[in-house]
Amino acid sequence: MNFFEEISHRDRVFEFLAPAASPVDVRHGPILYLEDVSVSFDGFKAINNLNLTIDDGELRCIIGPNGAGKTTMMDIITGKTRPDTGSVWFGSRHNLLTMNEPDIATLGIGRKFQKPTVFEALTVFENLELAMATDKRVLPTLTARLTGEHRDRIEEVLNLIGLAQLHHREAGILSHGQKQWLEIGMLLMQKPRLLLVDEPVAGMTEQEMERTAELLTNLAGEQSVVVVEHDMGFVRSIAKKVTVLHQGSVLAEGTMDQVSNDPKVIEVYLGEGA
Amino acid sequence: MVSSNLNTSKPWLLRPFNERSTQLFLGILFGALALVTILHLAFPEGHALHVSAYTVTLLGKYLCYALLAVAVDLVWGFLGILSLGHGAFFALGGYAMGMYLMRQIGDRGVYGDPVLPDFMVFLNWQELPWFWHGFDMAWFAFIMVLLAPGLLALIFGFLAFRSRVTGVYLSIITQALTFALMLAFFRNEMGFGGNNGLTDFKDILGFDLRSDATRLGLFIATGIALAIGYVVCRGIVLSKLGRVSVACRDAEARTRFIGYRVERVQLFVFVVSAMLAGVAGALYVPQVGIINPSEFSPLFSIEVVVWVALGGRATLYGAVIGALLVNYAKTVFTGIMPDAWLFALGGLFVLVTVLLPKGIAGLLQRRKAPEDSAQAAGQEVTA
Repeated sequence: MNFFEEISHRDRVFEFLAPAASPVDVRHGPILYLEDVSVSFDGFKAINNLNLTIDDGELRCIIGPNGAGKTTMMDIITGKTRPDTGSVWFGSRHNLLTMNEPDIATLGIGRKFQKPTVFEALTVFENLELAMATDKRVLPTLTARLTGEHRDRIEEVLNLIGLAQLHHREAGILSHGQKQWLEIGMLLMQKPRLLLVDEPVAGMTEQEMERTAELLTNLAGEQSVVVVEHDMGFVRSIAKKVTVLHQGSVLAEGTMDQVSNDPKVIEVYLGEGA
Repeated sequence: MVSSNLNTSKPWLLRPFNERSTQLFLGILFGALALVTILHLAFPEGHALHVSAYTVTLLGKYLCYALLAVAVDLVWGFLGILSLGHGAFFALGGYAMGMYLMRQIGDRGVYGDPVLPDFMVFLNWQELPWFWHGFDMAWFAFIMVLLAPGLLALIFGFLAFRSRVTGVYLSIITQALTFALMLAFFRNEMGFGGNNGLTDFKDILGFDLRSDATRLGLFIATGIALAIGYVVCRGIVLSKLGRVSVACRDAEARTRFIGYRVERVQLFVFVVSAMLAGVAGALYVPQVGIINPSEFSPLFSIEVVVWVALGGRATLYGAVIGALLVNYAKTVFTGIMPDAWLFALGGLFVLVTVLLPKGIAGLLQRRKAPEDSAQAAGQEVTA
């Protein structure tokens, strides 16, 4: 009787009834929440009881030596790899472990891979146009028209990534750094809530790094940004909060100064170098 | 103001008309149609400027090949699917038309059976197989011209693209597809005239197929079909779907990652292309007067790819140029020295691949390039 009364309350929406496309619930603060996540490949523990919380609008840097599990962690968040144990939540409503890759992407998690892949035969403008969050089924795509609103959005992103001058050039002619920015721009066109960025400054010149730092700092606030990076100088220039991964779990967390003075971290990094 | 180079606020099928190259293509095509018509009608036979009915039909045949080449270029040039089996869709369209033409013969066949085509009487069949019903009606047959190749492409494409078969493997499967169909259609039991195929047609829509006027009409109809096919393909290419196709061609995984269902894009474009190939086959059959399983031969499908490569991939008009030039050369060569034709074709292919990797269209573009960039610059200022 009580149960019947409870589920017949029409003013209450039950979590398990809410459609997966419903907005991300960040009322409790965190946008991403990993708890006790473990995964092993052939006995090797790539992720070992990892706990990580990313707040809404935060810019977080994740560092760690090779094999610390950074890429595997990204794979788990985007649905590419399923953990053996643990739970992963996006906001407090969406259990990412029950969703597949395209659904997670649609929900608002964008991922930038290490190696930039843009559509080289298309112009910068067209690259952004294709990435735009619209109806992506075949027939709507065939009949799609570019509205003023779309144009404004593309222009906005073009300015943000600093490629407005090059909008009509083929993406194939861009420099490595420009391709990275274009790819970040393509992610932004999808209006993600959370951006996962994998080694954005690898192979960049000093100037390009500065531009990238500026770009990522600007993005934080509206989006939450998680940056995985090797380059300590770069991390120092953008990070408010740094998480150090080691052997699949969190070794230290805090500001860059706190972290770099942490004896455990020094040991891991110096141990690596020695 | 940021602008993309085309007016993308128009409906997709109207966009090609804003484009210089399409305007030029349609102008030349319709000009040529008009010229041939005038030369054929206005000058008496024997006059130096007279175009004979034989030539008109030959040109009509070339235009069918051109439409087939456009269909192949759509999937190969823009979607990156190298189909070595488009001859199958061409032949299926041809067979659908052939079945209609067979039923039109009525009791004028050698055996004089009012319903059964000659080859069925010859095989001692008592009644029409179920799949021959309806082909006495033109509208039904014309729908089947689109439906038969379209359905085959849908089923084949669904299975292939869903399993993410691409590249060389897909090409090989398309070869196998057309080869299997050829073997099947060779069998008398299939009910499509076996080895001899369908022939001895009398008339189409009530017009005598042997009359010069009908031949001219078919030639013009083929020209119009080519124009429509070209505009449809161009419309797709200029649409957002066209850009998604290019994206699938160049970076399939990335396209999937930004949210497009790559296999559905491939399926859609593949089916459209197969239907166009079917139309080309349907217009081909009444002009050459026969359809037999040799149209399914894998060699023919490969030849089509050679036309497109010669003309230049991913331009559509290049495919038309390639189809016309190679087939004209074929007619000339096989007339002068039949044995040398394959060597000539092979030589031509090697020459173009080495010297003109972008085909003849690439040569045209290179010549036009300075003019185009000036135009683009002008556009930007005004935009």
